[in-house]
Amino acid sequence: MTWVVIACAIMLGAGAIMALIRVEQGPSVLDRMVGLDVITSILIIGVALEAAWARRTLTIPILAALALVGFVGSLSIARFAAVEPEDAGRIQTPEEAQAEAQARAAAEEEAARVEAEIAARRDDEAG
Amino acid sequence: MDWDLIADLAAGACFLLAGFLTVAAGIGMKRFPGLLGSIHAAAKPQGLGVLLSLVGLALRLREIRYLAILILVGLFQLVTTPVSFHVVARAGYRTGKVNPDALVVDELIADLEASAREHNDSD
Repeated sequence: MTWVVIACAIMLGAGAIMALIRVEQGPSVLDRMVGLDVITSILIIGVALEAAWARRTLTIPILAALALVGFVGSLSIARFAAVEPEDAGRIQTPEEAQAEAQARAAAEEEAARVEAEIAARRDDEAG
Repeated sequence: MDWDLIADLAAGACFLLAGFLTVAAGIGMKRFPGLLGSIHAAAKPQGLGVLLSLVGLALRLREIRYLAILILVGLFQLVTTPVSFHVVARAGYRTGKVNPDALVVDELIADLEASAREHNDSD
């Protein structure tokens, strides 16, 4: 039985690593959720394998819980999936990130100025 | 005949098959293109793989009182997996992550067009 457990654990680990690679690569959020679903079911098989190896019945409720709630994550993310632009998964260069931060700071400054102007006008009208 | 040994061997075979299915799913998820391809590969360990591992666990425990909860676990898995993959595939189709030209049968496009027409009429 020990050799079966070792061989099975290696296969489960290989499958989990390849699913994890898929989670990392994407390209869309739905692909990542499918990969996480696979990892959940690999977890179920792994817990069952451990229970069978040690004849442990303590972990059987974990199987039930995982089988029940494993699908909630992908279900809720799929509900809010949106159309992603082509380069949504691209990582920004430092220059782009800096430019974006500057643009955001300028916009915030502008918003604060407009707000102060409106408040001043309201004070004038009240006074 | 040693029935305990036979049950243990059968349990080992079940677990090895489940492990093989997970490896096959991992390879499929890396190699198959697109969202529907990875769902197709991912469904193998989620259905048959989990069921096989539960059968192996039942064969190894060999006690009738644990059979009920193991059947329940298999039932939960079979009920929840198609729901989540159905919703994921539908969301993928609606957000343009599925290539409609690659589909042999496309039963969703007619419904979507009909609902879009209805929506436009009501406006």
